[in-house]
Amino acid sequence: MLNIKNLQVKAEGKQILKGIDLHVNAGEVHAIMGPNGSGKSTLARALAGHPEYEVTGGDVIYDGKDLLDLDPDERAREGVFMAFQYPVEIAGVNNAYFLKAAVNAKRKHEGLPELDAMEFMQLIREKSKLLDIDQSMLSRAVNEGFSGGEKKRNEIFQMALLEPRLAILDETDSGLDIDALKLVAGGVNAMRDPKRAIIVVTHYQRLLDYIVPDFVHVLSGGRIVKSGGKELAFELEKRGYGWIETGAQPVGA
Amino acid sequence: MTQVIEKLMPWRAALEARPQGGPRWLQDLRDRAAARFTALGFPTVRDEEWRFTNISPIANAEFVPANGAGPAISEGALTGFLYSDAPYRVVVVNGRFAPELSHLQGLPHGVRVGSLATAVTDEADVVERYLGRLAEFGTKAFSALNTALALDGAYVHIRDGVVLDRPLHLLFVATGPESSAPMMSNVRVLVVAGDRSQSRIVETYAGPRGAKYFTNAVTEVFVGEAAVVDHYKVQQESVDAFHIASMHVHAGRNANFSSHSLSLGGQIVRNDVAAVLDGEGAECTLNGLYLADGDRLVDNHTAIDHAKPHCPSHEIYKGILGGKARAVFNGKIVVRQDAQKTDAKQTNRALLLSDNASINTKPQLEIFADDVKCTHGAAIGQLDEDAIFYLRTRGLTYFEARDMLIHAFAGDILDRVKIEPLRLALEGELYAQLAKDLAEIDAA
Repeated sequence: MLNIKNLQVKAEGKQILKGIDLHVNAGEVHAIMGPNGSGKSTLARALAGHPEYEVTGGDVIYDGKDLLDLDPDERAREGVFMAFQYPVEIAGVNNAYFLKAAVNAKRKHEGLPELDAMEFMQLIREKSKLLDIDQSMLSRAVNEGFSGGEKKRNEIFQMALLEPRLAILDETDSGLDIDALKLVAGGVNAMRDPKRAIIVVTHYQRLLDYIVPDFVHVLSGGRIVKSGGKELAFELEKRGYGWIETGAQPVGA
Repeated sequence: MTQVIEKLMPWRAALEARPQGGPRWLQDLRDRAAARFTALGFPTVRDEEWRFTNISPIANAEFVPANGAGPAISEGALTGFLYSDAPYRVVVVNGRFAPELSHLQGLPHGVRVGSLATAVTDEADVVERYLGRLAEFGTKAFSALNTALALDGAYVHIRDGVVLDRPLHLLFVATGPESSAPMMSNVRVLVVAGDRSQSRIVETYAGPRGAKYFTNAVTEVFVGEAAVVDHYKVQQESVDAFHIASMHVHAGRNANFSSHSLSLGGQIVRNDVAAVLDGEGAECTLNGLYLADGDRLVDNHTAIDHAKPHCPSHEIYKGILGGKARAVFNGKIVVRQDAQKTDAKQTNRALLLSDNASINTKPQLEIFADDVKCTHGAAIGQLDEDAIFYLRTRGLTYFEARDMLIHAFAGDILDRVKIEPLRLALEGELYAQLAKDLAEIDAA
């Protein structure tokens, strides 16, 4: 589904990603771990098409298409979703109105009829239980005045509504207490599907206790330096990132 | 100096031909105002109050007082400026009350609405008692000009305890020039809202697209004790017209006055709102939304005078500027020594859609009491790129994301318009104008 080859990305004039290779199949959950500044979030944002991240080399093929050729909104309509590390507050835009616009943008792209208000509310009811989304979160402006936990729940709620084929969760666990973490992880697990791939970007192993990955990749200095199964996450937890940074050779170097 | 006098020549001719007759007090008022204008001349950018607003295109033009001249217009010509469900309306065409276009049937008992010129004789006591009491012209040239030259306008008198059940629409229309020289209308509004009365009043200023003319308007609103007045000003002048207007409000004890200024048209626009909270517990809300593009200029000057204790005031002004448009916002709040427990909040925001648009903004707080709460904030900026990216990652195109953010920005003020048909009409007008501006930006 996703094939990243030698991806190189610059941000603010600095080379952050120095050649990432990653292959993700439908139905898989991949965790990208790494110390601060290793380029984890850069990878997530570059895949989403953030304008401040400049791709200086490499290819990203998503479903046979050149992902890097698509605008951020085209990527979204093609089924790529990124849950933001820092969801943006949008004053004056009602959350329910925004969610409806997003759902209908995708439906339109897929040639499906747009949902009317009634149908949309039905969908909301169906999807909101799992993430404990209450009426007040829907009637407020997008993310405005939301607590950290509410913001992250709202991200996963959007993922549930948009049903992406490739979901990238950028440090969705940061700032969450254990109850919120369980809620969010439950929402993500409910979306695990043989047709869907999920990339979980995280600094901490803790999230992976709840969203158990099929593969773990360790990013350091803009490269994937080690890949393995879920047990790699436990090893990192035990030995710290220093172990990777000093001891391991870059994979494929 | 000679140059100044020469420049003022056509204006002096207009002043010499000022309306005559009527009661003695009125003629005195006109005479004093004419003399005052002659002494003051037009303000220049050297005047602090006009620092960023150069009105020389007005001063240098030769406008002929309209005094009701110009082609007669049919009801159809008003369509773009009306909103549905407005049973009561006063229409003033080129500065003169137009009875055939006005609807005054069915007004509740105790409400007098109509031509100001007629009220000067029919409601002599009230008019003499209130007209010109708030709109002082000692230092204000445009008020002096208006006071000297105004021939007519709208008169609204609501007796104590009377509730005006439906909104009243005051519509001031220019028809554009048929004569060689462009016309000016000096129109005047007098609202006297008795104690415990309630009313909603919409003032619309409008003219045909492309017409060049000058509207110089003065509105005085007296809000009696515990009275509620909800006022809307809709400025939909031709984008080639000049619009200079001031509204003066006096609020008594426990009165509640709210103003919503929606400024869409005009080449050079100046909206002054000055409210005196002159009784304990008087509350004042000033909201504004303005839109300008091309090389247009919109200047909003507001002043809230907290003269008595326990008066809250709330103010939010927002602007959307495209092209090379310029805006000025000056928000003055005075808290007198007596006015303890004042609670004043002022917010001013502007959205610049182009790199060439600009705004000069200044809060001006003068606080002489010590137990008060006064806050002010200004935020000027372009569209939030992070918000646009966020919306795009959810599948909305750049254009959809941008429109959503701009509509949200304006919607914050539009949502405060409590007369629903008016709000819908304004939304339609504003969004159509925005769509045109944005299409131009995209084409560039």
